[in-house]
Amino acid sequence: MSLDQTTVKRIATLARLKLSEDRMGPMQQDLNRILHFIDQLNEVDTSLVEAMEGTNVSSMPFRKDVITEENCVEKILANAPEVACNMFVVPKVVE
Amino acid sequence: MTTPITKPALKNDLIRLTLAEAKEGLLKKKFSSLDLTKAYLESMESNRNLNAYILETPELALERAKESDKRLAKNEGGLLEGLPLGIKDLFSTEGIQTTAASHILEGFKPPYESTVTQNLQNAGAVFLGKTNMDEFAMGSTNMTSYFGSVINPWKRSDGKDLVPGGSSGGSAAAVAGGLALAATGTDTGGSIRQPAAFSGIVGLKPTYGRCSRWGIVAFASSLDQPGPMTRDVRDAALMLQVMAGHDPKDSTSASLEVPSFEKSLTQGVKGIRVGIPREYRLDGMDSDIVKLWENGAKWLQESGAEIIDVSLPHTKYSLPTYYVLAPAEASSNLARYDGVRYGLRVPGKTLDELYESTRSEGFGTEVQRRILIGTYVLSAGYYDAYYLKAQKVRRLIAQDFELAFQKVDVILAPTTPTPAFALDESPSDPVVMYLNDVLTVPANLAGLPGMSVPAGLSRDGLPLGLQLIGPAFDENVLFRAGSVLEEAAAFKSFLER
Amino acid sequence: MDNQYIYEGASGPWELVVGLEVHAQVISSAKLFSGAATTFGAEPNTQVSFVDAAMPGMLPVINKFCVEQAIKTGFGINAEINLVSIFDRKNYFYADLPAGYQISQYTRPIVGKGYLDIELEDGSVRRIGITRLHLEQDAGKSIHDQHPEKSYIDLNRSGVALMEIVSEPDLRSAEEAAAFVRKLRSIVRCLGTCDGNMDQGSMRIDVNISVRKAGEPFGTRAEIKNVNSIKFLTQAIHYEAERQIVILEEGGEILQETRLFDSARGTTRPMRSKEHAHDYRYFPDPDLPPLILDKAWVEELRKNLPELPDAKKSRFMQDYELSAYDASVLVAEMETASYFEEALKFLKPLNPKAAKLLANWLIGEVFGALNREDKTIEACPVTPPHLSGLINQIQEGIISGKIAKEVFSLMWESEKDAKTLIEEHGLKQVSDDSAILAVIDRVLSKNVTMVQEYKSGKDKLFGFFVGQVMKDMAGKANPELVNKLLKEKLG
Ligand SMILES: [Mg+2]
Ligand SMILES: [Zn+2]
Repeated sequence: MSLDQTTVKRIATLARLKLSEDRMGPMQQDLNRILHFIDQLNEVDTSLVEAMEGTNVSSMPFRKDVITEENCVEKILANAPEVACNMFVVPKVVE
Repeated sequence: MTTPITKPALKNDLIRLTLAEAKEGLLKKKFSSLDLTKAYLESMESNRNLNAYILETPELALERAKESDKRLAKNEGGLLEGLPLGIKDLFSTEGIQTTAASHILEGFKPPYESTVTQNLQNAGAVFLGKTNMDEFAMGSTNMTSYFGSVINPWKRSDGKDLVPGGSSGGSAAAVAGGLALAATGTDTGGSIRQPAAFSGIVGLKPTYGRCSRWGIVAFASSLDQPGPMTRDVRDAALMLQVMAGHDPKDSTSASLEVPSFEKSLTQGVKGIRVGIPREYRLDGMDSDIVKLWENGAKWLQESGAEIIDVSLPHTKYSLPTYYVLAPAEASSNLARYDGVRYGLRVPGKTLDELYESTRSEGFGTEVQRRILIGTYVLSAGYYDAYYLKAQKVRRLIAQDFELAFQKVDVILAPTTPTPAFALDESPSDPVVMYLNDVLTVPANLAGLPGMSVPAGLSRDGLPLGLQLIGPAFDENVLFRAGSVLEEAAAFKSFLER
Repeated sequence: MDNQYIYEGASGPWELVVGLEVHAQVISSAKLFSGAATTFGAEPNTQVSFVDAAMPGMLPVINKFCVEQAIKTGFGINAEINLVSIFDRKNYFYADLPAGYQISQYTRPIVGKGYLDIELEDGSVRRIGITRLHLEQDAGKSIHDQHPEKSYIDLNRSGVALMEIVSEPDLRSAEEAAAFVRKLRSIVRCLGTCDGNMDQGSMRIDVNISVRKAGEPFGTRAEIKNVNSIKFLTQAIHYEAERQIVILEEGGEILQETRLFDSARGTTRPMRSKEHAHDYRYFPDPDLPPLILDKAWVEELRKNLPELPDAKKSRFMQDYELSAYDASVLVAEMETASYFEEALKFLKPLNPKAAKLLANWLIGEVFGALNREDKTIEACPVTPPHLSGLINQIQEGIISGKIAKEVFSLMWESEKDAKTLIEEHGLKQVSDDSAILAVIDRVLSKNVTMVQEYKSGKDKLFGFFVGQVMKDMAGKANPELVNKLLKEKLG
């Protein structure tokens, strides 16, 4: 499998990364090297194998339906780059 | 096999003690935690060229040391009371900058403390600062850190600066170079064991689920596991004892009693079956490494262990599997770094512009590469061919180990295919770089405990590590075999030279 | 094909195909994967844990009660419970999605196939298939009206547990879709798993709509997001069906797209946000092992389920001979059913006739009065024992039905019981032969000509005489007795 530039751009958009023109070529090359390496997996017959789900803990533990977190709005907002009215601020989102 | 205090605890020798020795010195009041902490702070100051720390926290350390001394005076000290440690900058430390060595988290001060560092603090440990690492733990050289590369305290005959390995390279350099008595690391594909091997120290990746991941910045959730990096095997047992334990805040944390690790240090390996996996013998493997491996087997055999050849047939596919799964998980885990709630924000006219600018500027190249690969292997039409396929091969890899552990109690292999290399020898092809982890990644995929023990030197005088891999939740077999290897190898650490 | 399913287009009849995805907020104290509170309407970001804000290193741990609620709801919709299910990550970037992914269930949901039987107004019943129910996290809220160029993000709802219930595309009209939602709502409310408050967003509906010529395969569908009332649901379906038919009849094509319902205009429009080709990159959340349910626990939950609306309806029909329509009206709202059942306890004697009368009064007078004053049944000033007291007075012949309405009004105002009010206002029915006969004599003697006409065959005048007698006695005469005595008098 080999990625063309359109695909790299599409993935980058999905991942919200911006690849400038000068970074595009080298990145495409690296990604293709990695994909080529990964393609070795095709040698393995996995037709009878079930995918692995998690490791070592076989079943999800439960928590009780109890409020353990009190209001900590200051801590939640303390690291935010922009805050107003105790809310995070972003450029206007249109639906 | 225990390490008695043989050296006088003079102030300038304080940084040469092991954790266990320092602990004993404190208990016997030979010196105070403040003495010990100051010695380390001085050493950190005079070794800044190694760039082992992203953030030093001397005031906090001194304050904690004084508190420890008070508790020690009242004989109320915890298991690690007054012992100064380095903390990998992947562990959230309350009110103290935690960056994962990324620009995108620069200035981030978590309002919470990771479970593992909380456990260490509860045991009385003193934190010296946050150690450098590869950005988001992605790397094997520590050269991907936004805060610059770490330099290995070891020097090769040609005098070139060497990498300490990664991603826990700052922790490794700090422990090896006397900038921390011991340190925490995390290991997703070898990030504790590989730098431990490169730096001539002990590094232990516990069984997945043994230590809580809560509060540790996530790289690949199904592979990440915190563990100790120490001067010797005994110290690793001491550290792990405190770090480990069930954490109800981590759904993947095993609700098992933590056994006593220290007692296995002296149990020896008589009757233990040691597996030598033939697939770990790579084509063109460095003869120093091959020799080291043979020595290791011989030492164990001489101590009463039985050496058995085993096969782990899917070893070859470990790295390709890893380079699907780890980036896939990372691409999702790193989506939260978006410039909205914490960390770097690069403004944009629209929300998407803000996201793209922030993430492109905030993440380094290697991180972006892995996010892109991860995004691709999960994307519509490719999920089955890559992600699902890799999860299937992963099961085969885990089954290889299950079968092997029906025949043997522990597996012995080298930790790395080569000794530490110079910064300017670091390969530019990412795939060549990834090959560094070929011997460590399988244990992560199978969730098994692995330990690297320094066991010899390369022809260039650089440390080499032997790796022990045990069955799930049997770290004790690593401590038993590791102690034997350590004693037989009589490895002289950087500080002892 | 039944007519109600047909939309007449210029080119002839079209059939509507509707499937619903209902997001129902789980009733729980804490969130699905964190210990933060879920209370509605709190100050911004005051109910947010570090997990809900997706701080680095935070990990989810599931709330057992939310799982229990999903299982109970699963039983309520006649579905199979999957003893093993998986939580997946649905990856996308959005301002109110702090982790950049939503924890949801994709390939293996906790609840599998089920169905709901819906009653239509003509009394017919249709079975609507349910594809699945899964648990997932709610997102936060973006507030757009505080600043001209900025949106503000409140994460209070982030991580609240939702059940997404997905129907098969079995619905064929807006009426059916509305009936489905009403039925689902009454079930979750009865189970106590969701409060069903649509105006607070506790139930939100995504509607998938397409049209086709009868018998043809499904057409391309549009999805209308976040419809938040049954009225809007109906409007949206009507509008969207007509929009699609017009396009198709003009030779156009339906775009597979997400649309928003504009409640002010009663129309739908495409979402304006530029459509990044959605690719959610689902994969199992590596922070969460499989959810494995203990069979015995699930069985215990099933055994302890409350009586569901369908069962209650059958019981009402069987025990009290209520009509299907009356019974379904009574069970549609849990509070109504409780009121009815509470009132039944005070009926003397408790027999089908009395129960039916009670049901009629409840559906007629009580509902009417509540509607007029915009009150809920919990706030009804006439309590269940008082309403039954009134029914008992009718049954005992102490008051007539007509007087009973007057007594009911007094009860509504005064909150006193019927017996007291009848006493106070002297409304007791006269069942004394001589008193009634005296009035009859008076009436007949005043209307001699009409008596003559009646006797010569104008039977209709009988009612006139009854009316005159009742009027004279201010409605308090026992109507049966008046009839009987008048008949005797007039021969
Ligand atoms: Mg949906
Ligand atoms: Zn949903």
